[in-house]
Amino acid sequence: MDSTLQLQSASFMVYGHGNAWGAVWPELSLGCLALFLLVLETVLPKSQHERIPAVSVAGQLAVLAVLLGRLDIPVTTAFNGLLILSSRGQVMRVFFLLTSLFVSILAYAGLHRRRVPIVEFHHIVLVVTGATMLLVESRNFVMLFVALETVTVGLYILVSYYRSSPAALEAGLKYLVMGALSSALLLFGIALLYGAAGGHGLPGRTDDAMEYAGLRGFLDANPHNFLAAAGIALVLSGVAFKIGAVPFQIWIPDVYQGAPTPVTALLAVGSKAAGFIVLLVLVTEVFPSYEWLVGPVLTLMAAATLLFGNLAALKQRNVKRLIGLSGVSHAGFILLAVVSTCAAGAGAIGAVYFYLYAYLIGSFAVFGVMAVLSGPDDSVQELSDYAGLAKQSPFLAGVLACGLGSLAGIPPFAGFLGKLYVFVAAFKAGHYGLLGIAAAGVVISIYYYFGWIRTAYFSDEAAISPETAARAKSGPGFVLGITLALLVAASILLGFCQGPLGVLMSGR
Amino acid sequence: MTPLGHPAFDPLLLSVAAPLAVALAIALGLPKRYAVKLAYVGFAVPALMALLVWWGFGDAAKESHGYAFLSGYSTGLDGFGIGLKFGINGISLPLFVLAGIVGLAAGLYAIQSNAERMKTYLMLLLVMQAGLMGTFASVDIFFFYFFHELALIPTFIMVGVWGGRDRTYAALQMTIYLTLGAMLSLLGLIAIYAKSGAGSFDILVLRDTLASRPFGETTQRHIFGLLLFGFGILVSLWPFHSWAPLGYGAAPSSAAMLHAGVLKKFGLYGLLQIALPLLPFGASHWSHTLAVLAGVGNVLAIGLVTIAQRDLKQMVGYSSVMHMGYAFLGIAAGSVLGAGGVVMLMAAHGLSVALLFLLSTSVYKRTHTFDMDRMGGLARKAPALAALFVAATFASIGLPGFANFWGELPIFVALWQFSHALTVVALTGTVVSAVYGLRAAARVFFGPESAAFSQVAAANPTQDLGWGEKLPALLLAATLLFVGVWPRSFSTEINRALEGATAATVASR
Repeated sequence: MDSTLQLQSASFMVYGHGNAWGAVWPELSLGCLALFLLVLETVLPKSQHERIPAVSVAGQLAVLAVLLGRLDIPVTTAFNGLLILSSRGQVMRVFFLLTSLFVSILAYAGLHRRRVPIVEFHHIVLVVTGATMLLVESRNFVMLFVALETVTVGLYILVSYYRSSPAALEAGLKYLVMGALSSALLLFGIALLYGAAGGHGLPGRTDDAMEYAGLRGFLDANPHNFLAAAGIALVLSGVAFKIGAVPFQIWIPDVYQGAPTPVTALLAVGSKAAGFIVLLVLVTEVFPSYEWLVGPVLTLMAAATLLFGNLAALKQRNVKRLIGLSGVSHAGFILLAVVSTCAAGAGAIGAVYFYLYAYLIGSFAVFGVMAVLSGPDDSVQELSDYAGLAKQSPFLAGVLACGLGSLAGIPPFAGFLGKLYVFVAAFKAGHYGLLGIAAAGVVISIYYYFGWIRTAYFSDEAAISPETAARAKSGPGFVLGITLALLVAASILLGFCQGPLGVLMSGR
Repeated sequence: MTPLGHPAFDPLLLSVAAPLAVALAIALGLPKRYAVKLAYVGFAVPALMALLVWWGFGDAAKESHGYAFLSGYSTGLDGFGIGLKFGINGISLPLFVLAGIVGLAAGLYAIQSNAERMKTYLMLLLVMQAGLMGTFASVDIFFFYFFHELALIPTFIMVGVWGGRDRTYAALQMTIYLTLGAMLSLLGLIAIYAKSGAGSFDILVLRDTLASRPFGETTQRHIFGLLLFGFGILVSLWPFHSWAPLGYGAAPSSAAMLHAGVLKKFGLYGLLQIALPLLPFGASHWSHTLAVLAGVGNVLAIGLVTIAQRDLKQMVGYSSVMHMGYAFLGIAAGSVLGAGGVVMLMAAHGLSVALLFLLSTSVYKRTHTFDMDRMGGLARKAPALAALFVAATFASIGLPGFANFWGELPIFVALWQFSHALTVVALTGTVVSAVYGLRAAARVFFGPESAAFSQVAAANPTQDLGWGEKLPALLLAATLLFVGVWPRSFSTEINRALEGATAATVASR
């Protein structure tokens, strides 16, 4: 108790003077940890290098433990309004830390089978994670853009990390081109907003139009400014690239397929969640007076995303593409919740947070199984590799079924409650048309999720190759095995008996 | 003396927790010998609790809206208005008893069947049993839906893994149809929650809130439409029935018994317990559509389709689709008499269709085929099987002496007040069901032995029902007879519950 009080009063003094290095201690610790890994690589003899990932995991666990003890913080501004820290921000810090922890564990279990540098991978994951935290805390477009570029540049490297694989290189190039395009759109939008809000003598003009609060003042005073509207549309497009919403989703299947499985997981969970929180902040805190534009655009986007993701996933045979496209449909569900924030308010915001957590748990359970079964060529993971998995490894098949069940939104898994929250929020906001599309989406998604489970359980023929069978038989190893078991337990626990965890996850 | 009065004793929680605990123990790797022994306990406890609740219900204190044995547990979702709350009223009592008894019969039958991968099979069946008990004991709509899904998922797996011919296709079709139905009904339930402003999924709170501030007529029409088609798909309302005969044809016998007998009643139960009392205008708006779909579609069209079946198990599947038509007609009639008949018919049909599925599998074991053209003369070799099958057929046709009669009779009387033409259709339906029922009994058991059957019988000598098969069959048949000769054991409580709930509906007409 005492120590937190001291911390708060101490940090209050610091915030008063603008900078607040103490407030960003999780990001700083991750950065230091990342540098420390590189130091270890030069200092330690080669035979000890395989222990470095364990140091990374242990360090992240320590940060996580401290973070969990300090969830409830007052809303505070840091660095002269560049960042805002709040309990909701803490919830997302935990989210990103869990993401990087799982990604590190997946890499720890799978990376050593390939001839690639290992320590650098963990280093970049940590840097990217710190930057995602800053990204969702930022309340200034300059900060937003810097953090976003740090994330994206890190991901450019990670996507083509398997340098010898043509698929990975192709994916890296596609991600680079698409990412640059989306950054350009975002930047152009920011520039337009800056020009509109800072330029001429309209009411509410502000000297610092990069800052959200000032920009909002301008937007509220001029709710129908054409230049600002164009800027908002471009900013939304830039963010839509990150979350993979239609019509900016075309990069997803190829990049997801080509990237190493842990990176696919990072893209699918971490990067997407960051995009959504940025979108949520912009929609609820900066653009409310432009709801006439934002509402219809996001509604259309949500409808198209739900339909496209589910229909395109139906016929996929490559599981990485399948999970990527099903992730597009999940983006549609979260968009539905974001759209509902306009009318349903706090309930819908809580729904976004909870859905993201449910999606994290379900996705990593599936990615964990994929990482165990992936062969020498990481991009070739076909549905047929899972034929009769239940006979080879009941544990892996069980984890897969629970993860997919949670993603499909079947009780008693957390995904069901996530969908329920989103549906309730959408009902309260009156989005009946979108709800109909979302319900149809759930039914369609049952087909491909169930198809995957069916392949793992019901397939009689031994289509599974001997190598895959051997990998399935040898199992996930101790660390990944424990992680997967914990993920399954969490997905069931959060499904109907969540206790205080649910309040925590919905950021209330 | 029963332990019912004791405050720490919650028979409803126990009926859910016991099978779940046994399933968990099996999942954690209990050796097969103990697993089977413990499974007996897992199936017997819910049945015992069901009987205990049945026995004690009349004297139990009714706390609110005719609910007794109320108990609530927090699951950490209170902020959302969700709580694990159990309770039984006159409508859920017959179904709770049905779930207990059919569950025990299906469990006993599964244990003696000695299926492949027995432990997993028993585990799934136990989860299903827990879900069934929970569905009918839940007062909270969220958990009502939750337990239904908990029972539904094992069904898909059991059809997919242990099923017969076309099992993969049947499992997939069943999954998609039933998910669609569940999704629509979920949307309807969420609509009730979100629109009522009660901030609670508790049916009692919702009833109180909506009694003082009812929905507008348009809202009621929309929500009832969602619930009607959502629940309707789950109960195989024509034209959304095609999953049922195929799924039941492929399902292993115990899964078919539990699904067709008990789980399918979820939709009807939801309409009676939730939709009718909360949405009376919606019910009267949709009643004509429902009556025509059920009367012409389920009863007449599917009745005729049933006559044309050669496959015994599919015939039973189609006949269950047909009998659901009567239940829908009773709901459409919109009176206490009709709704009461539906509750009675749900319980009776559950028992009789479970018995028919059980006996069909026993027939298959002796003839090695479900094709009725290749059977005949089984009665001489298996007289007890034949006697039970004929009894089940009589019950299913609705002859007096069995519980089904007391379900169909009030429905016909109530239907006459609603529509004369549909009553004629429904009565024609009973003739149709007599035709296919008796014809099936005759083709399977009587007449000359077919050449195909003689061959099978020569290869492995046919035996009559053993005790493993006879015990569950007798349990079901005895309950059918008991309710048949003493319908008041259910009807008094059904009427008491419905007079409160349906009064609003009748007043609104």
